[in-house]
Formats: sequence, structure tokens, C-alpha cells
Amino acid sequence: MTYAKNFRTVLMVAGALAVTGVSAVAFAQRDPAYAAARAEGKVGEQPDGYLGVVGAGTPELRALVNSINIQRKAAYTQKAQASGATVEQMAFTSGCNLIQQTSAGEKYKTPSGAWATRGAGAPERDSRCI
Amino acid sequence: MKQAGLTKQERRTTFETMRGTMAILLGGVLAGGTAACVNVSAPDKPIVINLNINVTQEVVYRLDNEAKSLIKQNPGIF
Repeated sequence: MTYAKNFRTVLMVAGALAVTGVSAVAFAQRDPAYAAARAEGKVGEQPDGYLGVVGAGTPELRALVNSINIQRKAAYTQKAQASGATVEQMAFTSGCNLIQQTSAGEKYKTPSGAWATRGAGAPERDSRCI
Repeated sequence: MKQAGLTKQERRTTFETMRGTMAILLGGVLAGGTAACVNVSAPDKPIVINLNINVTQEVVYRLDNEAKSLIKQNPGIF
């Protein structure tokens, strides 16, 4: 009885690890096109937690940004439900962090709505960010 | 119709009293209608609804760790 129970627990843990492993592979790293667009300042982080196209952009770039934003919204929605918050609240808080985490040379949108290039210092963020 | 017990004079008085009462009531309704009238005028500036009102700094404090772990868990989309 105890052995069977233990065995089942082991199986469940193994299953959970397998699932986590698969999702980790799926979101392991940035798509090369996305990474390049970020580095070149063609896309930037917005205070609302979503990615934005800097300037007009190409149809391919806009499609890439849309695709990432759809996945971001799904992630925000899931986390917001788990935390008892709204999607907007979760997205905004993530936006604060994402702008903070930008590397030098990457673009981000200031609270005034203008695109700025991240320098060595702290980025200009919404006053509610911590 | 024959009204028993009332003279012609009495009937006229009753009629006039009723007419007077109705006039007063009508006047009251009209006056009341004017007094209770609420004037609504459209503002000259556009109405701006700030959606950010739902996100307070308190909320940002509460969700900050959740947001950090979410970003860490999904490096491909952040």
C-alpha cells in the first residue's frame, strides 16, 4: 500500500518534471528575429507590459510583435488569475520590471509616450513602479 | 340628473369651488414641474476616462514578485 502510494508520487513528480521540461524548451530563449529586433532598437518595452514596434516597422516585425504580445497576454492572464489581480494590473507590474531589465541600447517607452534608448542609468518609468 | 337636497344656488357654488380647486391644482403641477426641472448641459471638454486608475502603487507592490517570476519562467517572450 505504502509502496504503491510512493510509486504513484514518484510517477506524478516525474510527470510534472516532464511537463515543465517541455514548456521550458518551448520558451527556452528568444526567437533570433526577436532578439535581433530588440538589439537593433526596432522593438521596445512599453509601460503597459507589452512589446511595441518603434516607428512604422515592417509587416513581418509587426506580426512578430503581435505574436509575442498574444503570448504575453496569455501569461499575464494565467498569473493574474492565480494572484487574484486583473490582467491589466499584472501586465503593468511586469512592464515596470521589463523596462527596468532592458539592456543598454534597447528601446523602451517613457510615461510620456516617447521612445527612449536605455542608457547606463535608470530608465524613466511610471511613478507607480517600484 | 336630479340632485336631491341641493338648491340651484348650492349646486353652482359646489361647481365653482371644484373649478377653483382644479385651477389651483393645475397651477401647482405647472409650478412644481418648473421648479423640479434639472438642467443638464454637456461639458465643453471631452470626457477622458483614465483606465490606469485600476493600477495603484499598492497593487504594483503586491504583484511585483509574481511579475518577476513570470518573466523568469518565460524567457522566450519577455
